[in-house]
Amino acid sequence: MRVTKNLITAILITLVTTVLFGLIYPLAVTGLAQVIFPDKANGQLIRRADGTLVGSALIGQPFSSPGYFRSRPSAAGAAGYDAGASSGSNYGPTNRKLMERVKAEVERLQVENPGVPVPVDLVTTSASGLDPHISPAAAEFQVPRVARERGMSEDDVRRILAAHTEGRQFGFLGEPVVHVLELNLDLDARRPMRR
Amino acid sequence: MTLNGWLQILLFLAAVLAATKPLGLFMTRVFNGERTFLHPALRPVERLVYRLTGVDEEREMRWTEYAASMLLFSLVSMLLLYVIQRLQGVLPLNPQGLPGVDAAGSAAGGFVGSAFNTAASFTTNTNWQSYVPETTMSYLTQMAGLAYHNFASAAVGIALAVAFIRGVARSESGTIGNFWVDFVRANLYVLLPLCFVFALVLVSQGVVQNFRPYDKAQLVDPQTVEVEKETRVVAEQTIAQGPVASQEAVKMLGTNGGGFFNTNSAHPFENPTPLTNFLEMLAIFAISAGLTYTLGRMTGSQRHGWAVLAAMVVLFLAGVATAYWAEARGNPILAGAGVDQSASAVQSGGNMEGKEVRFGVANSALFTTATTDASCGAVNSMHDSFTPLGGLVPLVNIMLGEVIFGGVGSGLYGMLVMVILSVFIAGLMVGRTPEYLGKKIEAYDVKMAMLYVLIFPLVILLFAAVSSVSPSFGTSQLNNTGPHGLSEILYAFTSGTGNNGSAFAGISANTYWYNTGIGVAMLFGRFMMIIPMLAVAGNLARKKVVPPSLGTFPVTSPLFTTLLVSVIVIVGALTFFPVLSLGPIVEHLLMNAGQTF
Repeated sequence: MRVTKNLITAILITLVTTVLFGLIYPLAVTGLAQVIFPDKANGQLIRRADGTLVGSALIGQPFSSPGYFRSRPSAAGAAGYDAGASSGSNYGPTNRKLMERVKAEVERLQVENPGVPVPVDLVTTSASGLDPHISPAAAEFQVPRVARERGMSEDDVRRILAAHTEGRQFGFLGEPVVHVLELNLDLDARRPMRR
Repeated sequence: MTLNGWLQILLFLAAVLAATKPLGLFMTRVFNGERTFLHPALRPVERLVYRLTGVDEEREMRWTEYAASMLLFSLVSMLLLYVIQRLQGVLPLNPQGLPGVDAAGSAAGGFVGSAFNTAASFTTNTNWQSYVPETTMSYLTQMAGLAYHNFASAAVGIALAVAFIRGVARSESGTIGNFWVDFVRANLYVLLPLCFVFALVLVSQGVVQNFRPYDKAQLVDPQTVEVEKETRVVAEQTIAQGPVASQEAVKMLGTNGGGFFNTNSAHPFENPTPLTNFLEMLAIFAISAGLTYTLGRMTGSQRHGWAVLAAMVVLFLAGVATAYWAEARGNPILAGAGVDQSASAVQSGGNMEGKEVRFGVANSALFTTATTDASCGAVNSMHDSFTPLGGLVPLVNIMLGEVIFGGVGSGLYGMLVMVILSVFIAGLMVGRTPEYLGKKIEAYDVKMAMLYVLIFPLVILLFAAVSSVSPSFGTSQLNNTGPHGLSEILYAFTSGTGNNGSAFAGISANTYWYNTGIGVAMLFGRFMMIIPMLAVAGNLARKKVVPPSLGTFPVTSPLFTTLLVSVIVIVGALTFFPVLSLGPIVEHLLMNAGQTF
């Protein structure tokens, strides 16, 4: 069986393959990625004209001021959307806390659209707690409020909304989405809110 | 359910089937030691590795030496991972200055057995994660420790499957190959090239790959929140970074599933677009599907390879149909609360708690089915928040032994154990000594196969039973009560023993009991099952080939596929139905009655 010989091989092969696959491989990928796709490899960070970092195109943010489109509820961190602590709620389908949270959200949201059923993604937490998107249905639900708060016509808001709505990738993969952070930044650029 | 949803599911299956033959042929050449188009570039590296480690590539091993080498390698590499974790505080590539795992001041707050659990987890290809990566693991630990084991444990799995195939294919032979050679070749020719290309494709879609310290962004709309009765303004967003793409690629291709971030493939930096999602799911099945072709090639019965693949496809479709139906149906309790869960052109609808908008219910149900058919365990949605029947699918998939495509290598050898049981049962029915591809299946082979089958539920049920009657260390860690709480415990030990790694993640498992218990369950579920499996392989290799006669049960027919599917379902169902009826099944009935806990 040559146990000692195989033990020495085990030690040597662990070291050699760790260098190959644990160091050289990821460093080579990093080198190439940083040269070919520098923006993508660094998280598609969004900066204002003065250089302030305001977020990432891939990571959602919380919005509560009525002039903004709201993101989905989030279970990541105290204020939600903590991209240093991604997390889902992990509430099961018969968890009372889930029902109470959803009912409270529905009540709050239906004030703006009385009697209209609320699109499900707007009252449920995402898997990552960082979902950058809402569904087009959830965006449309919020159009009247945003238009009113910003003193814009609903059609003007819808035009801006349409620019930040994406269909399925290649027309069939995934689901249609609205990018909330980019939409709200665009609204601010076109029609700043009075604070 | 929508037409588009089904279209995406069937397109995925078509892509898997299209990849089966080319990958299977390529792997056949690699493990037969023939030249491939990659040899000009990689053969010198392979030679160098053998020279540095003193491996004689011509040397063949008996099954006992093959098993011993595999165990020695797993032991040594597991120890190294443990040491890296404990020492990461003084090692480089740690821009967040994270302390050693299990050190005082670590995210877990002190010694809770987390480093042991993680070392066992990644060595066994499980990738169960009781830790929160963002706040626990340095970039070095992720790369050289965790992602390294994503390569190593996957290559071990592939090597073992190839050894088993040789056992079936060879006759009157004492040996089943050389573990070190199979291990190096699986890494170098199969995993590395695929991962390299896949990683770059992932970056092109937005998966990050850098060594930046975490970024701090100024929120566009600062939030006022109440934390522990104190009002606080949150104006900053921390954005975790890291060398993600390189790890993501091997995490999926090697059916490892250990996320770079806490929320795994739901995190936009791990899985930003529907395309990355599609490719990640394809990567879960690709190698395992290919190995069925390799099985056919190497045993000289290509139709047997396809018959095994057909059984996998049938079970996959049954799972995904159930999960998709259950998730698209939504939660009846929410429907009564003024929530619109209907599918339309402007929303996916269904049960969206714990799911991402870009994936919707179809891609979440599909990913969940695939990741648990295989022993991957990556998630793009939170299984804990699935409807009871939607969550039953991943649980049952793992309980069936992860033989539906299965983990790289482990899926195939698990399936072949089921094949042996199937021909045994067929033999009993007609009253003849069963044969498998010309080999007589005798008492020793069936005993070993049964050992393989029995260890699995024994470990799961024992640990789950102890946890569910222990309020102080078992049920105290649950996030949900009622039947769902039992499901959380059951899922944890099923996932650990099955080396899957996905979770009903509400359970707070970073405690001494769960870290140790699940750690031991993972080691048992891997190594205690591999040894009887290799014993069968070694025994089959020694046997003479008898020519097929009229009474031989052919392992290439649809009848065989049907029998194989039935054996898998019956073995799994008989073992686990009682506990499932107390968890997801009763929860389903209570949910429909409007009951909450």
